[in-house]
Amino acid sequence: MNEINRSGWRPAMGEAGAAADGIVTTTGNRGLQLEEGLIFEIGNLDHCGVDFDDDDGGESLEGLPFRRSAPVDLPGLSEPEAVRHYTRLSRQNYAIDLGLFPLGSCTMKHNPRLDEKVARMPGFADVHPLQPQQTVQGALKVMEELAQWLITLTGMAGVAMTPKAGAHGELCGLLCIRAALEARGDAREVILVPESAHGTNPATAAFAGYRVENIPATADGRVDVAALTARLGPDVAGVMITNPNTCGLFERDLKTIADAVHAAGGFVYCDGANFNAIVGRVRPGDLGVDAMHINLHKTFSTPHGGGGPGSGPVVLSEALAPFAPLPFTTRLADGSVRLIEEENAGEDHPQAFGRMCAFHGQMGMYSRALAYILSHGADGLRQVSGDAVLNANYVLRSLEDVLDAPFGAAGPCMHEALFSDDGFADGFSTLDLAKGLIDEGYHPMTVYFPLVVHGAMLVEPTETESKGGLDQFIGAMRSLAERAKAGDPMLKSAPHLAPRRRLDETLAARKPKLVWPKQA
Amino acid sequence: MRYLPLNDADRAGMLGTIGAASVDDLFVDVPAEARLAGPVPGLPMHASEMAVERHMARLSAESLTAGQVPFFLGAGAYRHHVPASVDHLIQRGEFLTAYTPYQPEIAQGTLQVLFEFQTQVARLLGTDVANASLYDGSTACWEAVAMAGRITKRKTAVLSGGLHPHYVETAKTMAKFTGDTLVTRLPELSAEADDDAVIAALGAETSCVVVQYPDVLGRIPDLAKIAAAAQAVGALLIAVVTEPVALGLLESPGALGADIVVGEGQALGVGLQFGGPYLGLFGCREKYLRQIPGRLCGETVDADGRRGFVLTLSTREQHIRREKATSNICTNSGLCALAFSIHLTLLGGKGLEQMARASHARAVATAKRLAQVPGVSVVNRAYFNEFVVTLPRDARTVVRELADRQVLGGVSLGRLYPGADGLGGGLLVAATECTTAEDIETFAAALEEVLA
Repeated sequence: MNEINRSGWRPAMGEAGAAADGIVTTTGNRGLQLEEGLIFEIGNLDHCGVDFDDDDGGESLEGLPFRRSAPVDLPGLSEPEAVRHYTRLSRQNYAIDLGLFPLGSCTMKHNPRLDEKVARMPGFADVHPLQPQQTVQGALKVMEELAQWLITLTGMAGVAMTPKAGAHGELCGLLCIRAALEARGDAREVILVPESAHGTNPATAAFAGYRVENIPATADGRVDVAALTARLGPDVAGVMITNPNTCGLFERDLKTIADAVHAAGGFVYCDGANFNAIVGRVRPGDLGVDAMHINLHKTFSTPHGGGGPGSGPVVLSEALAPFAPLPFTTRLADGSVRLIEEENAGEDHPQAFGRMCAFHGQMGMYSRALAYILSHGADGLRQVSGDAVLNANYVLRSLEDVLDAPFGAAGPCMHEALFSDDGFADGFSTLDLAKGLIDEGYHPMTVYFPLVVHGAMLVEPTETESKGGLDQFIGAMRSLAERAKAGDPMLKSAPHLAPRRRLDETLAARKPKLVWPKQA
Repeated sequence: MRYLPLNDADRAGMLGTIGAASVDDLFVDVPAEARLAGPVPGLPMHASEMAVERHMARLSAESLTAGQVPFFLGAGAYRHHVPASVDHLIQRGEFLTAYTPYQPEIAQGTLQVLFEFQTQVARLLGTDVANASLYDGSTACWEAVAMAGRITKRKTAVLSGGLHPHYVETAKTMAKFTGDTLVTRLPELSAEADDDAVIAALGAETSCVVVQYPDVLGRIPDLAKIAAAAQAVGALLIAVVTEPVALGLLESPGALGADIVVGEGQALGVGLQFGGPYLGLFGCREKYLRQIPGRLCGETVDADGRRGFVLTLSTREQHIRREKATSNICTNSGLCALAFSIHLTLLGGKGLEQMARASHARAVATAKRLAQVPGVSVVNRAYFNEFVVTLPRDARTVVRELADRQVLGGVSLGRLYPGADGLGGGLLVAATECTTAEDIETFAAALEEVLA
């Protein structure tokens, strides 16, 4: 076999893949499915796709110490080559723009393009974070408007805007709790975390200096209230509860839990990763929550970008709001907005616990989220959560006769439907069904999470899917469920039709190759 | 609502399948007293695309933008020219609307970009390996301090006075809760970086020394000297680069002996964006691989033996290790990493050098011209594209008066270091390849006027 792609890079291609349909190509490309070499293979040091105004004063380098002796060893590409490189690579990705992306707990909903346009408006995108405040009123007003929406939607007293993603928001919330406890001279060491929590919860609590203790779940997929309240005491700083939880269920007893935690002198952190299920219908502040982060990249649809950037503002109760980190915005009587930072925090905010990051947080996400929120309005956001929950329940009820739904009998789910691998043929697992979905043209659901369900499959369709689209997905899922139960060997080796077949993750971890080697 | 595909007939049919009378019935698990009967009170209703765009455009117009006027701000965020193709490519839906590449068979685009990004970052910083990005430079800096603590099993970090004050504050916030000790100092308005003071602060308990290169006042510390001193006491050198374009001309921190190098990648591809989202760069020696925070992409093969890429070594990460993870980070800064990588691919090593030369030349021209303004003197002996001038009065008010004259003339040290009396007259001035001769002249003339 002698495949040569356009870069001269020869993929080490085995017989099986190339011969799946008996068609072998010289390039390794297969029609519109295009192979693409690395920039280190196709570019070179002399290429450049950027030019500059004619330089003045090349001799000015004299005064510069620690000069490098040669340019950084980085290949360049001309603009046409670069556009082609990244466009070809982009086509090896699945994305919301291509189809249903039912990744539970990740909320892959449509990203409105108005939000992209707005984020690029120069008054938000082309301003420096340290410009005089009088010159950045447009940007500050976006921050302040969004802050007020978040406070009102959640029924809370304040918000810390700067955290850069959900996990950073969790950290912010826990640091507020810790600061509040320390302010009353009450050192506590333990944070209680339910077994079903996202991995970020225990990791965050440990990072904030707490010892983590797990709280079991009950048979109906919710926090064991008795176990939790029994563990409360003077050493417990607080609890971290996800609501709706990672089984896609609403924690009915959150208010009871919150009252018990407060009575024991602790605080309630709510992981707001799933706020999209209840936005516009339920205010976490009414349930006794003290702090909750909001993933703007989930609930308010700022794009996930292949792994970020996110944004994780944290709404805070009366008790915690005074401890919110710098900086934050406040509206003055004349309508202008003031940024409160180290320079001017002064005596009004003596308890602010410090700073979570440089500058003022994720402006590019604020403008997108605000455009999304203004578009929907209070009525539209209510419809958003309603349709998200409706779509998830429709999937749940359309599949529960072919897939085990461990909590299906307990009542409606929230924004995501949970299934298990119970009933699959011997040797067949959740992973096989997930990879089969790839051949059907879908991104798999979240698999093996939450940990409390064996072979968990967490399906979150979101509100931006049509009924027709859901029906097609349900058809694919039904067929895959039957194949997994029947033990179809073609499913075991899926995917067959993606740009790559299953990748050897063990090899990657055993012999890590994280960078392209330098050529001698 | 334009973003919601379901209509009432769909909803009715689906409720029939579910066996529920209404959408509200699906929320039966929410206690009745917490369920709102209608939209959240006190908020406006939906708005058309036109209306939202109008509102946002009106707000945008209330800012004085960097592109409108002579602009000389830096201090960890730089305005470089970003080629139009960068923004076009990152808006490809397959990049923009993809998730973290947990399903590698259908995420090779993102994964190959991350592999290329890691390689570019490692070569730029001069490290063996690099990760797939962190939130920003300041959080990457703390992650490096925490990592040095894990490696050395020591809890005292020495921070140079030349480290960006927001990075110091971020580290202080974290250290307060983790029990680490930070040795910090304010910068002095001197021509040289504080290498000797940093070296003098090293001891047997020091886990790491954190040095910004070039430092926050634009001076260029002698990393090799500090690395040797750190090594002598078993401490790690963490170098922090907030202006990666400088590395187009300066020797890389890794080559000068830094053990961990972190950076703010914003200067390439990302833009100012009022401070975020930005891009945390993180590289280190290969022997510390398993202590790295955040995601790593590695090369492997698929079932047919074809080259492919996957996220790897995830046993360090929170979704596997939970409370024992090396960091709690999950979402990172993927799209900014893509923008950075595309920009750097368009530049290549030679283009980066050209960009660095142009930035440096404009900074030299700016310094020369400002030095002619009565009462102004340049503090730095050497600098890349950013330097400090002292003014005869508080630079904070001068900056505001310059803004009134439509000039964005740098960052006052008073804003960065409120309460530090000796720094109040300091003004931090940055230039890039975007700075024109006309900008420099307008700035100098306005400064003359303000100081007159």
